[in-house]
Amino acid sequence: MSETLILGAVAYAPKVVTIWEGFKAHFADQGLAFDYLLYSNYERQVEAQFDGTIHLAWNSPLAWLRAERLAKARGSSVDAVAMRDTDRDLTSLIVVRADAGIETLDGLRGKTVGFGAVDSPQATLIPLEHLARNGLQAGRDFAVRRFDLLGGKHGDHIGGERDAALALLRGEVDAACLIDGNHLAFTTDGTLTPGATRILAQTGAYDHCNFTASPGAPAGRVGRFVELLLAMSWDDPAVRPLLELEGLKQWLPGRSSGYGLLEAAVDRQGFYAPDGRILAADYRY
Amino acid sequence: MDASSPPTIDIEALGFDRGAHLLVKRALSRIPPGATLRVRACAPGFQAHLAAWCRAQGHRLAEVTDNRADIVRGGYQTGRWQGAERCGKADPGEPEAVAERAESRWGLAARGATVEAGGPEWHFPLDRKAEVWAEEAAELYRQALAAQWDPETAVDWNAPFELPDEVEDAVVQVMTYLIENENAALLIPARFLGRIHPHYREIMQLLAIQVADEARHVEVFTRRARLKRREPALSTAGGQSSLKTLFDAPDFSIASFLLSVLGEGTFVNLLHFLHAHAPDPVTAQIARLAARDEARHVAFGMAHLLQRLRREPELRSRLANAVELRYDSLAASAGLNEEVYDALVLLAAGAWSPAAIARGFEAVQTLQREMAEGRRLRLQKLGFEENQARRLASLHTRNFM
Repeated sequence: MSETLILGAVAYAPKVVTIWEGFKAHFADQGLAFDYLLYSNYERQVEAQFDGTIHLAWNSPLAWLRAERLAKARGSSVDAVAMRDTDRDLTSLIVVRADAGIETLDGLRGKTVGFGAVDSPQATLIPLEHLARNGLQAGRDFAVRRFDLLGGKHGDHIGGERDAALALLRGEVDAACLIDGNHLAFTTDGTLTPGATRILAQTGAYDHCNFTASPGAPAGRVGRFVELLLAMSWDDPAVRPLLELEGLKQWLPGRSSGYGLLEAAVDRQGFYAPDGRILAADYRY
Repeated sequence: MDASSPPTIDIEALGFDRGAHLLVKRALSRIPPGATLRVRACAPGFQAHLAAWCRAQGHRLAEVTDNRADIVRGGYQTGRWQGAERCGKADPGEPEAVAERAESRWGLAARGATVEAGGPEWHFPLDRKAEVWAEEAAELYRQALAAQWDPETAVDWNAPFELPDEVEDAVVQVMTYLIENENAALLIPARFLGRIHPHYREIMQLLAIQVADEARHVEVFTRRARLKRREPALSTAGGQSSLKTLFDAPDFSIASFLLSVLGEGTFVNLLHFLHAHAPDPVTAQIARLAARDEARHVAFGMAHLLQRLRREPELRSRLANAVELRYDSLAASAGLNEEVYDALVLLAAGAWSPAAIARGFEAVQTLQREMAEGRRLRLQKLGFEENQARRLASLHTRNFM
């Protein structure tokens, strides 16, 4: 088993098993011994990157930041080795009811804004950062209503975003925060009536998940893993179902340049300490 | 437009939450991968949705302004259809419309559809044309559809009649027997139906209609049995043994031969007999309606076997063997139960006088001769020599079916 490359992944939905079983078989076909361990939350997964349990982690952007901080505090480093094409340059939206009469971010003063889970980069941390940069402080300038689903999953479960959007329609909140693609998806699948909501603000662009190599991970095997990933072609019917399940057309080399906005949010909101300790008081996972 | 500006569309105020992607997708399909499409738009916030859509579709958003976006087309839309294949043609009359062997990867796709590569492997044991096909299937299906009838309106259930108890008992016994035979005739095609590759669409549809026909027969025979009595009558071990040999036939063509050509063919004679000798109008009507349906089932069995025998004459000896084996396995059983036989005699006699019973007995003897003769003619039509056809016809089970 010492030759086997071990990946950690968070079981945020049942399909995760299907995905990684498929990848395991694909890598086996290509001659790479590969196995995966499932974690119930990103915090435990990131910690496992430092005790030798896993060589790689399929990390949320928030988990990437914590891994980076934990590594730095220990005098080592982690590496973002690959990511999906669909994980680059995402934005989050703050939407209001079309007829609410709220035209600018200042219009949210005194109102209630709906967010996703406490640890959701796209539906909580980054929108809060965007509001703060525009002079709106949570609790002082507007009330926060969190739709706190599945802590520890870092917002991978879109239920919180959906609940916030539905609360917006019901008039329980005055605005809701969600990733751009989910706003489009909710109007397509009927969760949101087309035209019933209006985009009030769009955050800056940020990157989402990446494969994070643990400190001291076997470079040769990690390199082979990345090589096989990048060679997966959407035109190949044998691997296309796996790419579709993971929601991408093409794997790309990892980059760490797209996490600045989230990093600022984490610091301003005191989510993680610079050494990677968890500070957020009401975070349960 | 200056020479350097890319192809451009204007989606005006149409948002992506109201179908704007259709216009963008259509315009992108008209430029090659790697080329740029300019989209003019004025819906508020269109940029956010356009970006999310392009990301999900694998297109690159090159430049965005307040009322314009440039999209570089990705290659993924065509990639999906690499290695796709067309599975035959919809019209079975066209050359090469119906494959000799239906591929498991075609699965449930409509015949003639273009099937994406990489789909699941299905398992349909009956995936060879020779095993199931008949050129007449589409026409027989159409006829079967046109001949469907509603038991509620096609039969006058309230027609007044009163029969002596023993005659009513005889009718109920015959109905009981018919129901168990129709159960067999329903379940046997239903079992094969689930094994046929849907590429052979007309066969699948025809068998489905046959199953519906038999379901209707079970209904009307049950209703007639219960018209004056609470429950049906007797079911014998011998009768069920005979039907079980049909039920267990593992090969579609052999089952079709034993059930449709020999059994249901014989049943048509029986139903005509019941129509002729029915003591009441309800029995007469349902026997006539059921006989019409059964005749179509015989026609399909014949069509399929004629087609297969033309290409595979050696199948004939396997069919003959199946009759012999069935006869042997039933040699020790009673087959048709005595009560059914006697009931048929009484129905044909119409009264209890010795002369009437003699007439009834003779009528049932005639029926059996007609049944054997019908079987012989169908066997000869399938290419059996006259002597062999006569012999096989005579080996048929006493259960009639």
